[in-house]
Amino acid sequence: MTWADSFRTAYEAILARRMRSVLTMLGILIGIAAVMLTVGLGQGAQERVASAINALGSNLLIVTPGSTTSSSGFRGGQGSATTLTMGDAQMLANPTIAPDVAAVAPASTSNQALAAGSQTWTSSVVGTTPTWLSVRARTVTEGRFFTEADQAAGNTVAVLGATTASELFTGNPIGQTVTINSAQFTVIGILDTQGTSSSTNLDDQVVVPMTTFASRISTSANPEAVSQIYLQAKDQKSLSAAYQEVNAALLTSHGVTAASPDFTLSSQQSLVETATNTEHILTVLLGGIAAISLLVGGIGVMNIMLVSVAERVREIGLRKALGATPSVILRQFLLEASLLGLTGGILGLAVGYAGAAILPNLLSQPVTISAVSAVGALVVSLAIGLAAGVYPAQRAARLAPIDALRSE
Amino acid sequence: MSAATLDDLAPVEADEPGDVDGSEPEPILDLSQVRKTYSTGTIEVEALRGIDLVVPEGDYVAIMGPSGSGKSTLMHILGCLDIPTSGTYRLAGVDVGVMDEEELADVRNRRIGFVFQQFNLLATLTAQRNVELPLVYARVPRAERRRRATEALERVGLGDRLDHRPTELSGGQQQRVSVARALVTDPDLILADEPTGNLDTASTLDVLSLFAELHEQGRTVVLITHEREVAKQAVRTVLIRDGHLYHSHEEEVAGTEALATLESGAEPDPASRVPLWEHGADEPEEDRP
Repeated sequence: MTWADSFRTAYEAILARRMRSVLTMLGILIGIAAVMLTVGLGQGAQERVASAINALGSNLLIVTPGSTTSSSGFRGGQGSATTLTMGDAQMLANPTIAPDVAAVAPASTSNQALAAGSQTWTSSVVGTTPTWLSVRARTVTEGRFFTEADQAAGNTVAVLGATTASELFTGNPIGQTVTINSAQFTVIGILDTQGTSSSTNLDDQVVVPMTTFASRISTSANPEAVSQIYLQAKDQKSLSAAYQEVNAALLTSHGVTAASPDFTLSSQQSLVETATNTEHILTVLLGGIAAISLLVGGIGVMNIMLVSVAERVREIGLRKALGATPSVILRQFLLEASLLGLTGGILGLAVGYAGAAILPNLLSQPVTISAVSAVGALVVSLAIGLAAGVYPAQRAARLAPIDALRSE
Repeated sequence: MSAATLDDLAPVEADEPGDVDGSEPEPILDLSQVRKTYSTGTIEVEALRGIDLVVPEGDYVAIMGPSGSGKSTLMHILGCLDIPTSGTYRLAGVDVGVMDEEELADVRNRRIGFVFQQFNLLATLTAQRNVELPLVYARVPRAERRRRATEALERVGLGDRLDHRPTELSGGQQQRVSVARALVTDPDLILADEPTGNLDTASTLDVLSLFAELHEQGRTVVLITHEREVAKQAVRTVLIRDGHLYHSHEEEVAGTEALATLESGAEPDPASRVPLWEHGADEPEEDRP
């Protein structure tokens, strides 16, 4: 029997028992669709977090005061400590100390009540240097960012995030006045829209010169203290070198050892990893449950193949009497089971894609189905069908022709 | 072993086994001291107790016997669906007792055409596809398969029923389809197991006249039945009872008596036996030359 004939026979056997074949495929269909959607949801969430963190800027390193240990215990009071200063930022900007660092932007943050006319709004006020714009990969859509001159003079100018601007002003905010901590600031620019990065809304903030922040807004005892230093490496390749240089320079200048640092240096990559870790665990868990449903689908295929062999004992006997060898019978039933699995897989893939198109509207969660997972789903469904077919097919192949012909 | 088997096969594949080196033509069937023992649990059942049977090419033999006589077991052995416990069975010169399952399947496919009591047609396939089935396993290309299946169906008078499914055909027609299926591979032997058992009188005559026709065309036919009327259609009849064969073709009288004895249910008169086991059954140690 040629492969084409075996295929035809298997196909006709599936078609002859349409209802049963459809129900069997349904098991595989549901399993494949469930795995694809859970994995797709997980991937979608991870991609969203990753893109949000990448939106922080490219080739970015972030220094924060205090330190976290690998076991996520806090040391030196992260965030509240004042171990990081403007002096550190100036030192890291020195090309002889950190040659792979392209730009440095120290920043201090404070939540403040804002007022513009009768409108009030609470937002995060960031005091920083003009380099912040390029280091954080932001642009100004209207007006301008503050300059070195504003910085040197300690001008009371502010650049608003898009959300902050729309909450405070109805018309064009440029040139208007906003009151922060009872100081009057002139709005000179509006930032581009970025979306939310984990917990921080990047569109709801007010950016002011560092000098102005220190004199007018900061509540810290040490006016030189900053809450972050953003560093931009020269390019992707020098990111690792920049990390080493910054780490060494800060350890030396702070007089601490690598075992107990008073600062935390993190890269974009490590942030992405931390943020996606939880998502990943959830994906694996849900994917595992979905995989079990796929396994149940596979058992369904095996079950139906066993029934099919039992029902067709006479047919198998006749085929053997007419010259079918055991290996041809084996092949025919394996092909039938694989075909059930693969067809279920293809239908499951279609349902998965349909779900990926519909679900984001219901859950407001992106679902990403990659080509790799689509091909993987087909391979898995084929493999499940094949594996489920082995035992029934062997039983069919081993039937003695006389016993098979005799049965009624 | 496989080399010897191939050597045995070589002259047979020329389809004229007798013409090689001018010796006597090989008989189609040559059974010598064939025994078959089944063990059901602790009890051993001897279904065949030393069968000797020679069927030359072109013969039309009926094997007749009541149920439980070993008739079905003999049919299974003849059809290469089962192998003897002891003794030798040569089909067209080839010893099939030493073959494995794959080789037996090939022998069934190429050398034997089966006709069963239950017709055994696949309900989902058309008459033509049913007849094609043995050719599918012989890896014959589809176009040739269709042509040969059509020819075979035309030969049994069903040229206008090619696309009918078994359920759309009468019993007699279904059995004609299965005769066509038996013919399509041009086998050495047509083996019919109670071919009229499920047919009415008209269909029985119909199918039997088909076998007579095949015999006239030079086919070798072995027909297994329990009906005397059916067996009478064959050129000769052998009787089977309790695992022994009784030949009745040489002496009409002896055969008739044996038949009568069988039908009356009494033990056959030993005098009427013309058993081939005369050679060996009494002295099982002795090997046939």
